Amino acid sequence: MAIKDYIRQRYFPQMWCPGCGHGIILNALLRAVDEMGLDKNNIVMTSGIGCSARISGYVDFHSLHTLHGRALAFATGVKLSKPELTLLVPMGDGDALAIGGNHFIHAARRNIDMTAIVMNNRIYGMTGGQYSPLSGYGKKATTAPYTTIDNDFDVVNLSIAAGASFVARSTAYHVLESIDILKKAIQHKGFSVVEILSQCPTYYGRKNKEGDAVSMMEFQKNTTAKLGSKALEKDPTLIPRGIFVDVDAPEYCQEYDKIVERAMKASQNNRVDQTLTTEAGHTCPTP
Amino acid sequence: MTDNIKFIQGNEACVEGAIYAGIDFYAGYPITPSTEVAELLSKRLPEKGGKFIQMEDEIASMCAIIGASLTGHKVMTATSGPGFSLKQEALGYACMAEIPCVIVNVQRGGPSTGNPTHVSQGDINQARWGTHGDHAIIALTASNHQDVFEVTVDAFNLAETYRTPVILLFDEVVGHMREKLVIPEKGEIPLVDRLRTSVRKGVDYHPYLPREDGRLPMSDFGGEHRYNVTGLFHDMWGFPSNNPKVVRELLHHLVDKIENNVHTITRYKEHYLEGAQYVLISYGSSARSAIHLAKNRRERGEKVGVLELQSIWPFPEALVREKCSGARAVIVVEMNMGQVMKEVKACVDDPSRVFLANRIDNKLITPTNIKTLLRMIQGRGV
Repeated sequence: MAIKDYIRQRYFPQMWCPGCGHGIILNALLRAVDEMGLDKNNIVMTSGIGCSARISGYVDFHSLHTLHGRALAFATGVKLSKPELTLLVPMGDGDALAIGGNHFIHAARRNIDMTAIVMNNRIYGMTGGQYSPLSGYGKKATTAPYTTIDNDFDVVNLSIAAGASFVARSTAYHVLESIDILKKAIQHKGFSVVEILSQCPTYYGRKNKEGDAVSMMEFQKNTTAKLGSKALEKDPTLIPRGIFVDVDAPEYCQEYDKIVERAMKASQNNRVDQTLTTEAGHTCPTP
Repeated sequence: MTDNIKFIQGNEACVEGAIYAGIDFYAGYPITPSTEVAELLSKRLPEKGGKFIQMEDEIASMCAIIGASLTGHKVMTATSGPGFSLKQEALGYACMAEIPCVIVNVQRGGPSTGNPTHVSQGDINQARWGTHGDHAIIALTASNHQDVFEVTVDAFNLAETYRTPVILLFDEVVGHMREKLVIPEKGEIPLVDRLRTSVRKGVDYHPYLPREDGRLPMSDFGGEHRYNVTGLFHDMWGFPSNNPKVVRELLHHLVDKIENNVHTITRYKEHYLEGAQYVLISYGSSARSAIHLAKNRRERGEKVGVLELQSIWPFPEALVREKCSGARAVIVVEMNMGQVMKEVKACVDDPSRVFLANRIDNKLITPTNIKTLLRMIQGRGV
């Protein structure tokens, strides 16, 4: 299908600023879905609040535009209640890792099958350019007129530590690589994190004198390198791109199916005590 | 059917009601004094193929049940005190996006951490106005386990009927007290399934275009109709809109669909109310003391009766006005600083004859507490 078959043209033009990287990421995501041949009726896109979150309105999937930081919690309810659905959860950097940080690490810990896409432009764009937990030290923002003193998270390391079974990074500049990584992330059975560095020329670029969208994308090209590449070996200060983790691990919904099976069996055999003991220290016996 | 007779806690009666109503999905977080609801459902739900999940916090639990409701399931969460505060953000989302769901709040003392293991009825107004912005809400309550069961079934039915969150305002005494529950036979209490759209595949479906009766037929996520759900003001397709007409009409719809049906939603019980000169208005565990006192006074020939509210929001103004019209005095019996009393004062003919009999010290209000106030109002001294 053509890309336009995946978008709700009724709602265009979209609301992102000229030069924003988010449209490129949307395009990459839709191409990944198209190349995989997924049925639109089986895809639910859940997003939070912010520039990135508006992505869910433009796609012709089941779309759930939720609360700031809570996209993964809503997605968990959708997925566990109907595991056959494919969950795509694009989030901004503040959305995913400031207000949504707790939901993020716990979704990773559960290894519930969904694809979290962190569209990282290192700034709160929608509210006008405040620093985010991914801005990093020494940056300027409308709430950091004297530069930030906050350190940033490394999304990849954080995701790995939290238990995500697929973790990757790319940039808006490396769009073909992003498509390939997104396909693998969606195919992966478990919690997948794809960080895609995006550019916000309107706020981050302007505040930090990084130039226009083109020069910000050149920056993405020049400051990153593929995992295992000679460039990275030569200059370890470059930001690595590629797939960092791709492992088979028990998936939450599949594990819950086993619980259902055990509970049903136990209930049929009438082996489970139906009463609940509520004295301190006693809990409901497990099947 | 002795299998249907149980001697259990109120929290367990709530679970029995939820199972009877057809709950498929529960997400929660441990908090006293509601935790038994989660514990019991973690066992019961998978036995019938349902899903239980313990989320990372109260906020996430509320979000998860909304997600699960959108795939076509009957959903519930339970909490208390601080947890109810945390749920307010997503509760407002459920109001705005019109997602059927049931939220149990087994009330404990507050504010803040307050008294986790003791009784209070301090969340009456939080249930009404805890989430920001204009909206309408349904909140039910009960004073005994049979009623806990029934209002829980009702809560699911109302949530599905009006596409709205419904709050069950129980309290610690009802939640932890043990008494008899007789579970009705299947079919004895009618169950409501949500209205689903009859719009066929390929035909433009308007998820947020109300029918003439105000109801919105739904389509499950994963079905043939792909649409947008948002907490922003939205048009009939569910797409964000700041068009003043769209905003005004949506807000009116959200409020009217509930406020215009207050007579259908209202649940109450009368105890010794016939010809009562002194009307006690109460709900939840405090109603038990009020009923006890009224019975005791009637035996002595005093015309004292109880109007027991089982739906608090939308507040049954017309009912309260009517039942209090012939009373010399109205005494609101509750365990807070007069949250329902203020509603009663606002709707009766003579607010100066409305009094508050309350306790706010962790302890269940007793019949004697109420009697003391009654005798003073009667001019008989204590």
